[in-house]
Amino acid sequence: MNYHFNFAPILAQWPLLLSGIGLGLLLALVSIAIGSVLGLVVAFASRAPSRWLRSLAFTWISILRNLPILVIVLFLFFGMPQLGLSLDKITSFIVALSLYASAYMAEVFRGGLMSVPQGLVEAGQAIGLTSLRIKRYIVLPIMFRNALPAFGNNFISLFKDTSLAATIAVPELTYYARKINSETFRVIEVWLVASLLYIVCCYAITLVLRAMEKRLVLEKN
Amino acid sequence: MTPIVEVRDLHKRFGELEVLKGIDFTVAEGEVVSIIGASGSGKTTLLRCLNLLEEFHQGDVLIGGEAIGYHLRHGQRVRIGEREVARQRAMTGMVFQAFNLFPHMSALDNVTLGLTKVRGMPRPQAVELADHWLDRVGMLERRDHRPSQLSGGQQQRVAIARAIAMSPKVMLFDEATSALDPERVGEVLETIRSLAQEGMTMVLVTHEMRFARDVSDKVVFMEDGRIAEQGPPQRLFLNPESPRLQAFLKTSSF
Repeated sequence: MNYHFNFAPILAQWPLLLSGIGLGLLLALVSIAIGSVLGLVVAFASRAPSRWLRSLAFTWISILRNLPILVIVLFLFFGMPQLGLSLDKITSFIVALSLYASAYMAEVFRGGLMSVPQGLVEAGQAIGLTSLRIKRYIVLPIMFRNALPAFGNNFISLFKDTSLAATIAVPELTYYARKINSETFRVIEVWLVASLLYIVCCYAITLVLRAMEKRLVLEKN
Repeated sequence: MTPIVEVRDLHKRFGELEVLKGIDFTVAEGEVVSIIGASGSGKTTLLRCLNLLEEFHQGDVLIGGEAIGYHLRHGQRVRIGEREVARQRAMTGMVFQAFNLFPHMSALDNVTLGLTKVRGMPRPQAVELADHWLDRVGMLERRDHRPSQLSGGQQQRVAIARAIAMSPKVMLFDEATSALDPERVGEVLETIRSLAQEGMTMVLVTHEMRFARDVSDKVVFMEDGRIAEQGPPQRLFLNPESPRLQAFLKTSSF
């Protein structure tokens, strides 16, 4: 092998790469935030007394979890305008990733809800708390703590899925990497740099989440 | 005088299975009543009916003279609304077998939660009252510990403080020492005993026969969803009338 690495033309584009990874993080954060709120609602619905609500929740989860994210992205971006609903590419991608995230987060939170012992709910009832306050002060705080490790895994996974936004020309890291690739032909270098940026970013997210887990997750005794 | 607890013809079913088949008993103010009986006799279910953790299907439960859980509408028995249920539950204090402390809160916050969110007490006042009761159960020094940092006996004493700080009319103990290591049972029984001596009204479901004999004013023996025998502990433990109780006492260790 006699390949001469030359990173200079790629590193010269650092503002693009940086803005790409920044946009990727932003897409992930916004979508995960929306997806988490939706997912929480779906998780509660999946454990509601009403059978109708429960099957609605499970339908939601099974449809979105069984669709490839790329299909949802393309469907929304190219399909929706046919129905008269044109969204710009960034909004369209956020909607797609939020929907997708909501199914995964619903499962994460459903597991978290199941991990809250019934005895703690009864302890709340016994001191006279209403069911809304039991949710607010007992069920939700314990659920979030117990769900944190699974939440973290999904967070990383969803962040990596932002690379698919390149397919609809959202200017995130993969999009710029492709662009620089075709302009410089330094194929190995550009994908090495892009890979490294993804790894560093994911690792940083892992560290933050681990620190949160350490502080928040409840020890068993 | 109005009894603190009055149970009249209480029936409770789980599906087809009738677990309470017409219970009548009363608890006067300051009285300590122990409910004993084999597992499956319905004693825990009876206790849980007293604070509406279980619904019941017939009969009345009165706490401080107030019928709880149900009222009559057009001759129909209707369960009352959730807010009312919550208010009525706060008239009793419950101590669970598994302690059930809120694991994400300190011992102190376990006690103050009900005071601030149910009683509407300002935080400083709630902390003062919580400190008083934590001190009373010997847990003041560990008020900032999480439940996971406490032994079973310590957790149960915090749970007692959490319940009693709400100033309930009656304290309910559901096998409060059954989940404890043998060497931790004493400290919890001692705490309960001292509260009893101060005149707290109590109903205890217990397997601690010696404790029931020494501390109770009245013992209720349950058998198959009914009260088979009740009366002062001296009489029940020394001269049990029913053959069932005689057999039960023979198999129970003192």
